[in-house]
Amino acid sequence: MAGKTNDDALFQFLLRMGDNSLILGHRVSEWCGLSPVLEEDIALANTALDLIGQTQFWLGLAGEVEGKGRTADDLAFLRDAWDFRNVLMVELPNGDFGQTMMRQFLYDAWSQVMVGRLIKSGDKRIADIAEKASKEVAYHVERSADTVVGLGDGSEESHARMQAAIDYLWPYVGEMFDGDEVDAAMVAAGIAPDPASLREEYDALVNKVLSEATLKVPTDVFHHKGGRTGYMHTEHLGHLLTSMQWLQRAYPGATW
Amino acid sequence: MGQPSVDTIWDWLDQVPDPEIPVISLVDLGIIRDVQWEGDMLNVTVTPTYSGCPATTIINLDIQTALREHGIEKLTLHRQLSPAWTTDWLTDKGKAALEKFGIAPPSAKGEPERCPNCGGHDLERTSQFGSTPCKALWRCRDCLEPFDYFKCI
Repeated sequence: MAGKTNDDALFQFLLRMGDNSLILGHRVSEWCGLSPVLEEDIALANTALDLIGQTQFWLGLAGEVEGKGRTADDLAFLRDAWDFRNVLMVELPNGDFGQTMMRQFLYDAWSQVMVGRLIKSGDKRIADIAEKASKEVAYHVERSADTVVGLGDGSEESHARMQAAIDYLWPYVGEMFDGDEVDAAMVAAGIAPDPASLREEYDALVNKVLSEATLKVPTDVFHHKGGRTGYMHTEHLGHLLTSMQWLQRAYPGATW
Repeated sequence: MGQPSVDTIWDWLDQVPDPEIPVISLVDLGIIRDVQWEGDMLNVTVTPTYSGCPATTIINLDIQTALREHGIEKLTLHRQLSPAWTTDWLTDKGKAALEKFGIAPPSAKGEPERCPNCGGHDLERTSQFGSTPCKALWRCRDCLEPFDYFKCI
């Protein structure tokens, strides 16, 4: 039974990775055609594409590990809110452009540290995905950090909006570093790091960029949780899924 | 017909254009990682450029179509993620074709060597992301033309 328990934990871990990139990828894609300038529109659409591409790898492997014949598409389109394992931050509505870019930076910074560790995963399938994703993540974080600095250290208006964005999003950051028995099983198997062990490197990067952006990092340590464990999502995830899963809900089993 | 050699298959694949940038072939792009016969089954290993590149599906379809037209009946395509694709694998022939087409080829210093239109060196980056995942937008201050740069990864 030990083997089965480990596979269950691995499945959960892969869902968390895949659902984070899927839900954020979908959120970012909502900007398509609406961004402040054309270059930003293209950049956001490309970022969303990368994230959804990474999702195909993570959820594809999750389906393989689960062994019930579910594909990445099945997992993305045929589950309801309670089965998603993404952190709450990625399902929040986009807000204004500044808030979207702040969230992107807070996520990219985590993603960069995380895939950096996963490249050394004892599970080669995971190491391979991380190696592929790391190159894209490097581009993402460079751009989102630049934008956070540009807007934070920009006009009075853009500065105020970016400070409001970090104040709003900060209570959602902590969940990325929570650990539970799934993480403990991943650590024990040499597959993935303890999420808490990423925090120091993360904080160093975030503090450096936010200080360059002349923004204050909130000191409140409270954080929301319930997304990565599936205990309770925000009301926003269900609304997002009605749009993302519309086709499969309206025409079950449709293919193209 | 006898079994075509692996070299012949590579030549055929070198005739298959990249769907997004048709001036270079899939072989020029460096995404064909391996071609091997296993009995009467041809195995072709392909690596994606960017994870979410929408051209990946079309590329696989184009490979299948091309090889089937050459009479290959039993064909399996494999996806290989590691080692991850890098622009270092672009062939010199491919780089030259890109520049001639107006796309600055990737360069080790992480920015275009010169403007593909006028050869100018006074360049600025407009955006790290361009019309496809693999390109960035640049502008030449000499001829004032915008151009694509095939970015290094």
